[in-house]
Amino acid sequence: MAHDSLYTAPPSGAVAGRERGRLAGLRGALGSWDAAIVAGLAVVVLLASVSVPNFATGRNAQFLLLDLVPLALLALPMTLIVITGEIDLSVASMVGLGSTLMGQMWLSSGLSLELICVLVVLSGALLGAVNGVFVTGFGLPSLAVTIGTLALYRGLSFVVLGDQAVADFPADWTDAVVQPIPGTSIPVMVVPVLLLALVFGVVLHATPVGRALYAMGNNGEAATFAGVSVARTKFWLFVASGAVCGLVGVFWTLRYASARGDNATGLELTVVTAVLLGGVSIFGGRGGLLGVVAGVLLLGVLRNALQLADVDANALTIVTGTLLIASVVLPHAVADVRARLHRRRQRAQLTAS
Amino acid sequence: MFTSRRLRLGATALTLTALVLGSAGCGGTTRENSGTDAGGAQASGAANPDAPIKEGLKIAFLPKQVNNPYFTTADNGGKEAVTEVKGEFKEVGPSEASASSQVSYINTLSQQGMDVIVTSANDPNAICGALNQAKAAGAKIVTFDSDTKPECRQIFVNQVTAQGIAENQVKLISEQIGGEGEIAILSATANATNQNAWIELMKQELKKPEYSKIKLVTVAYGNDDDQKSFQETQGLLQSYPNLKGIISPTTVGVAAAARYLSGSQYKGKVKLTGLGTPNQMREYVKDGTVDAFALWSPADLGYLAAYAGAALASGQITGAEGDKFKAGKLGEFTVGKDGVVVLGPPTVFDKNNIDQFQF
Repeated sequence: MAHDSLYTAPPSGAVAGRERGRLAGLRGALGSWDAAIVAGLAVVVLLASVSVPNFATGRNAQFLLLDLVPLALLALPMTLIVITGEIDLSVASMVGLGSTLMGQMWLSSGLSLELICVLVVLSGALLGAVNGVFVTGFGLPSLAVTIGTLALYRGLSFVVLGDQAVADFPADWTDAVVQPIPGTSIPVMVVPVLLLALVFGVVLHATPVGRALYAMGNNGEAATFAGVSVARTKFWLFVASGAVCGLVGVFWTLRYASARGDNATGLELTVVTAVLLGGVSIFGGRGGLLGVVAGVLLLGVLRNALQLADVDANALTIVTGTLLIASVVLPHAVADVRARLHRRRQRAQLTAS
Repeated sequence: MFTSRRLRLGATALTLTALVLGSAGCGGTTRENSGTDAGGAQASGAANPDAPIKEGLKIAFLPKQVNNPYFTTADNGGKEAVTEVKGEFKEVGPSEASASSQVSYINTLSQQGMDVIVTSANDPNAICGALNQAKAAGAKIVTFDSDTKPECRQIFVNQVTAQGIAENQVKLISEQIGGEGEIAILSATANATNQNAWIELMKQELKKPEYSKIKLVTVAYGNDDDQKSFQETQGLLQSYPNLKGIISPTTVGVAAAARYLSGSQYKGKVKLTGLGTPNQMREYVKDGTVDAFALWSPADLGYLAAYAGAALASGQITGAEGDKFKAGKLGEFTVGKDGVVVLGPPTVFDKNNIDQFQF
C-alpha cells in the first residue's frame, strides 16, 4: 500500500518494528489523509446543519449534489492522472468544446440526440488522445501541453458556435437530468457518478494497472524497468479524461439547457483543488479515490453552506484558494514534523542505551 | 502479444461501432420530431390593483456579477426602493459573469425563501430551470437589463426601447447643431444587432419634417475598440470637412470620439452626442467638448425592478399585459406585452446635472 502511507514515519528501530509496522499498516489502510478529510467533511456538514438555516433539507441536498456532478466526474480521471505525476488542465475547455459540438450537431446535423451524445463522448476521447499524443508521444510536459490545449479547445469551442447559444433541446431530456430518484431527494445523475467512481476506484486500488500508476508517479524510470508501459498507460488516461469531459459536456448542456462556448470556463482549477484536497500529491505517487470523493463533497458543502449564510462571492474564492494551499502545504508540514520528532526519539534512544 | 493487442483493438472498434449503430438505429430524438415546448401560461390568478404593498418582503438582487460598477449602481437603486416599501434587501452574486454560477445562487435564494428574486441573466436559457423551480417554491421573478425567456419570469424591466434611443439621439444632435447640417454615426461593430436596430430607427426618425435639413453622410465602425474609434473619428473629420455633428450610440465610441475632439481644432465646433456613462464623459462635458449625451440610469432601473417585484409579491399585478403599478418617485408604470415594463426615455446628462451621477 505504498500509495496510502502518506505520513508513516520512516523505518523505525528493530525493537518496535513489528508493532509499528502493524500500526502503520492500519493507518495506511485507512489512509490518514482520507480519514482526516472524511472527518473534516462530517464536521463541516454537522456545523452547517446546526448553524446555517435551510442547509439541512432534502431540497438543498438535491441542489448541492446536482451542482457537484460535473466536478465529481472530472475529478475521477484527474485523480489517476495526477497520481502518475501528470496533470490535465484542459478539462474545462474540453467540456466547453463538447457542449458546443453537441449544440452545433443538434442545430444542423439532424442526427438523433442519442447518437449526438455518443459522438460527443467520442470526440472528447479524441481531444484527450491529442493531449496524450503530445505528452507521451513527444515526451512533452503535460502542464505545458494542457495549458496549450486549454486555450486551443476553448478557442475552437467559440469557432464551433460563435457567440450564439443553442437552447432548444427537448424538454424531457433537460428535465430528466435534474430529476431526483423517485421518492428521494437524490438526483438521478448521482447514480452514473457513483458507478464511474466505482470503476475508477477498482482500477486504481485493485488492479495491476492501478499499482503501476503509483509506481509511475513515484519513479517513472523504475516503473519502466519493472515492465510497466508508462507511455501507453498515460496515453489511455488522457483519452479517458477526454471521454469523461465529453460526458460532462453532454450533462452540462442538458442541465443548463444551453450549449455555448464559455460553458464550464475556469472549472479546471476547481477540479485540481478537489483532487489535491482529497489527498492526492501534486508530485504524483500518492493519494486515493475515497479521499478525492470526500474532497469534492467537502468543497461543495462548504460552498453551498457559505452561500446560504450570505457570505460574499469574493470570500468564497478566498476560502477555495486557502483550502488548496492548505491541502498542499499541510501534508508536507505534518510529514516534516513527524520526521523531526522521530529523529529526536532516535537520538534519545541512542543516549539512553 | 501481437495478436492479443490486435484482438483488443478489434474488440474496442466493434464495441464502438455497435454503440454508434445501436443508438442510430433505434430512431431516437431528433430536432425535427422533438416538437416545441408549449409557451408558458404565466399570468395566473387575478391581479388586485388596490392591494397594498406588503411590508417585510424579502427581495434579493442577483446581478450578472458582483463588483461591476453598473450593477452596483443598479442594486443600490433597488435597495432604495426596498427600504421605501419596508422590505428586506439583499444583494448576492457570482464574482464571474457566468450562467452556471447564477444557477447555484438562484437555488440558494429559493432555499432561503425569498419573496422576490430580481436578476439580470447571463444566459437567457441556462437559468430558466432554476428560476422555474424558484417560482414553484413561491418566489416572484423579475429580470432587469438582460432578460430570460419570457416564460421563466413574471416581469422584465427593460431599460429603454430601441425607438426611445433613436428618438433621443436624433433630438439631442439636432438641438446641438441648430437643426441643420451634415452628421455622421460612429457605431460599434458592423454586425452588432442592437446598434444596427438603433441606426435603422434613427434613419426613420431623420425623415421627419423637423429634421429635414439634417443629412446623415455616413456610418463609421469603431468596433467598440478605443483606438479604432479614435482613428475613425479622425477619419470622419478629414473626409467630411462640413461635418457638424457625430452620434456615437456606444459607450466606448463616444468616449474615444470625445477624447479626439477635445484635443483637436474641432473642439466645440463639431458636436458630439451618444450613449455614455457620466464618469467617462465628465471631463469632456466640463471642458466644453460635449454639450449633452444620454444613457438610462442604472439606479432607476434597479429601483423600478424592486417596485415591480414588490407589486408582484403583494398581488397588485400578475405580470399580465395592462397591469398598472406605482413605483415610488418614478410614478406609474404599465406592464406591456410579454410582461415587459419599460423604464422610459434615456436620462440626458449635461453640465448642470452630471455631477449628481456616479457610474
